[in-house]
Amino acid sequence: MKVQTAFVLAAAALVVLALAPLFIPDYWTGVLLGMTGYVTLATAWAMFSGPTRYVSLATVAFFGVGAYTVAVLNEAMPYPLVLLCAAGIGMALALVVGLSTLRLAGVYFVIFTFGLAELVRQLVSWWEVNVTYTMGRYVFLPFEGRHIYWQLLALAAVTLLISWAIGRSRLGLALKAVGDDETVAAHAGVDVTRIKLLLFVISATIITLVGAIQAPRWTYIEPSIVFNPTVSFMTLIMALLGGAMRLWGPLVGAVPLFLLFEWLSVSFPDHFSIILGLLFILIVFVMPNGVLARLEDLRKGGRA
Amino acid sequence: MKHSIAEAARAARRLTTCATAAVLAVMVGTSGLEAQERDKVTIGYAVSKSGPNAGGADMTVTPNYELWVEEVNAAGGLKLPDGSQLPIEVIAYDDRSSAEEVVRAVERLATQDEVDFILPPWGTGFNLAVAPLMAKFGYPHLAGAAVTDKASDFVKRWDSSFWFMGGSADYVNALTEILIAEREAGRINDKIAMISVADGFGIDLVKAARPSFEGAGFDVSYDKTFPPGTSDFATILNEADNSGADSFVAFSYPPHTFGLTKQAKVASYNPPVFYLGVGAGFPVYPKIAGGSVEGVMSLGGIDPDNELNAAYRAKHEDVVGRAPDYWGSVLIYASLQMLGQAVERVGLDKAAVAGELSTGTFSTVLGAETRLENNQLRAINWVGQWQDGQFVAVSAQGGDGMAAVKLPKPGWE
Amino acid sequence: MLEHVINGLVLGGTYALVAMGLTIQYGIARIMNLSFGDTIIAACFATYVLFSSFAISPVLALLILVPAGYAFSLVIYRVIMRPLVARAPDEGALEVDSILVTFGLLFVIQGVLLIFFGGGYTSYSFLNTPVNVLGTVVAGNRLLAVVLSLLIGLALIVILYRTRWGMILRAVALSPQNAPLFGIDTDRAARTAFAIGGAMAATVGVVVSMFQTFTATAGVVFTMKALIVVILGGKGSVLGAVVAGLLLGLVETFVAAYIDPGLTLAAVYGVFLLLLLVRPNGIFGKA
Repeated sequence: MKVQTAFVLAAAALVVLALAPLFIPDYWTGVLLGMTGYVTLATAWAMFSGPTRYVSLATVAFFGVGAYTVAVLNEAMPYPLVLLCAAGIGMALALVVGLSTLRLAGVYFVIFTFGLAELVRQLVSWWEVNVTYTMGRYVFLPFEGRHIYWQLLALAAVTLLISWAIGRSRLGLALKAVGDDETVAAHAGVDVTRIKLLLFVISATIITLVGAIQAPRWTYIEPSIVFNPTVSFMTLIMALLGGAMRLWGPLVGAVPLFLLFEWLSVSFPDHFSIILGLLFILIVFVMPNGVLARLEDLRKGGRA
Repeated sequence: MKHSIAEAARAARRLTTCATAAVLAVMVGTSGLEAQERDKVTIGYAVSKSGPNAGGADMTVTPNYELWVEEVNAAGGLKLPDGSQLPIEVIAYDDRSSAEEVVRAVERLATQDEVDFILPPWGTGFNLAVAPLMAKFGYPHLAGAAVTDKASDFVKRWDSSFWFMGGSADYVNALTEILIAEREAGRINDKIAMISVADGFGIDLVKAARPSFEGAGFDVSYDKTFPPGTSDFATILNEADNSGADSFVAFSYPPHTFGLTKQAKVASYNPPVFYLGVGAGFPVYPKIAGGSVEGVMSLGGIDPDNELNAAYRAKHEDVVGRAPDYWGSVLIYASLQMLGQAVERVGLDKAAVAGELSTGTFSTVLGAETRLENNQLRAINWVGQWQDGQFVAVSAQGGDGMAAVKLPKPGWE
Repeated sequence: MLEHVINGLVLGGTYALVAMGLTIQYGIARIMNLSFGDTIIAACFATYVLFSSFAISPVLALLILVPAGYAFSLVIYRVIMRPLVARAPDEGALEVDSILVTFGLLFVIQGVLLIFFGGGYTSYSFLNTPVNVLGTVVAGNRLLAVVLSLLIGLALIVILYRTRWGMILRAVALSPQNAPLFGIDTDRAARTAFAIGGAMAATVGVVVSMFQTFTATAGVVFTMKALIVVILGGKGSVLGAVVAGLLLGLVETFVAAYIDPGLTLAAVYGVFLLLLLVRPNGIFGKA
């Protein structure tokens, strides 16, 4: 009953959001678009990083690969097929990366994933320059802001649904065990590595799709544009702020932060950096027990 | 239970924050509503004030926007066809070197702030990112800081787009002509060492350069690309030197241009032709190089005897506090002058202004009769060279008043 | 071949210099300082102002800016870091807190620099004189970086391993919970270590500004390079930072010379990722 109500509410919200671009100016559609993008990114990020507590900075590696796939293939095949290809490439990349790295822990994983994003960017650049002789590709797809927004909205809904389903399934139970204590979980017969890998791949595939869907918005794609590390940092901070362990956590973090950034860049274009920085410091101090303790808190909350 | 209450309270707080931000955003957004009685012209732009693109924008684009607005306002405002004048009000955003930001900023300028004109961002990529939106909202797009060989295609796609910086092939072919003449005069051999930064700009130029050099019978004996993050050029210059080429060509960005110059001086690498990319045309270049840069070549260049240009440079130095660069600045400034004159002739209607820009003849800092060909500026100086402390234009075509190229390059002090 | 070795070591010397300060801050004070690179950039601009406006030679600027960097970091530690250290229940919490708070600090420093200096490129020429090292000509200012990094590295190692005070610092690095039991003032040790890191950042800024073009937003490049070297060398290991820094310099130079300059950065990340997989705690890290 409670679940049904929640679903009805969520569906109603989705309909309202989907109809919004018909009534609001393009700029606000753009804001909704950016916001939905980050909600999806943060939710997908938290799907893996929340329960496993592996802080990943590889978001932009997958995001960029998605965007680049669209840039390369958009003239060669129909758009839905391009998206499928992007998802496939993202999935394959995630499998390779996941298999080789998930045994790293803590800050090493953080730095590794950051390095990975840079490595992918360097390799894509090198490949384009030396093999295909093109740097900078054009995406001329007949999409306006709202078309991209609708696709992102659908993806966001699916992502939240997946996240919800994982939380309810046996997998979710196993995850809670892994998050609580990996060793104990392993002893209790949970195949920790496989679960982590599975989550990593799902999360990375969604992130790749976000990049792929957003690509037509920029018309011109080059590595420095799509592999912008800011994307990784923003995703991380939004998810952490809202709480990476809750289904709605990343959304609750992404929406206000995105609006805040937007408001800052409209009102204080020259002082954006300083205000942003001070806000960050403030957030760390105002949350009395620190963000990780908050995660801890939520972790315990999940068990109770 | 207690826990969930705390959680709910926290969620409520967050929602309040979110709602406050939204309300504030709406307030800010709607405060830009235009007055019924027009008492000003609003011009908006989003340029990279921070992030990796800020260095280029801060040199070539932003100062010229500010200079032009200040000048127009000091003279009483933008002139309209009926002889009246309206002051310009500027709405400026920082795109923070992010493609998504620049796109949204242009949407905001067009649909929220409803500005009369939008000036373009810095960089080829960002100009292309906003081009579809400019076309969609009907704004003339004066793409200034964007080098592209596809301008003719873009003009067909977006007929109110205007391209002011030429294409890679233009710059390269002008250089090739100079090299051919030098080879015929027996001053250089037929080998060229060429490096480029692995970014849109570098690759576009190098792609045009390979066929151009090889078509002219040159052998590109060293041809490498380096990542934009490169800061050490000892090995690259070493290899270029070993390749036996008399001509060194680098399609580089300012940090690399400065680094290459310093390293070349240290290593006493002094080929007869030493051509660098963006940055060699900055007025601070000789100071950064630490002395004479006589003979160094790059894109752009000015006619030192052109009084219009000299006046512009003096004004720029006066208002902005430093001299403009010798390549893009003057082109951007000219594009703004054209915009101002177009408004004076046809008013504030965007389509009419675009039409006038396409077909009209303007008096700009580039000359008394500046006009666009197929929406593209062609009176550009393609190759320049440092001669007696000035970066002068030396390419055979382009604007008027070319100096002769002086090669081989003399030694570094 | 020899020239590539020398060029590689010269380049690597800079990397080592950049990384040493960070490894001390991270290893002893336990602050993962993401604003490290921006402190370097601030020192670059300060050197530039001293040099171009007051005609103070960058070498003399060291005497002004190194203490300034020390003092600045000391203040930062007292005001921002200490409350975080005091409230952190465990090391992991402090790590995340320090990452977030220094991420904020990074933007503040960057914003201040942007207001004062704008986003443009800054560069000047000093000590850009050829010096012959075993037949290879290198720039004097780059050589200075190498010499400084070796000297400072040596001094730090001597202090850490040969003095009582160094022992205290190492004890704090090894076990911050137990150090107070032996009468060690952990707060003082941590704040000194953090301030030493700041002084090192200032040193790097002064030296690097002589040969590298910098912008107000370029700090993150230094931070990331330093992070790679720190992780490669092993958290808190000065020797590791020097070795890893030199190693990266050699890798970059050899790839540029024998494979393709386009792959230098890819190679750096490749080596880094590979080593991380083989030795997750760095070359000199404790397993």
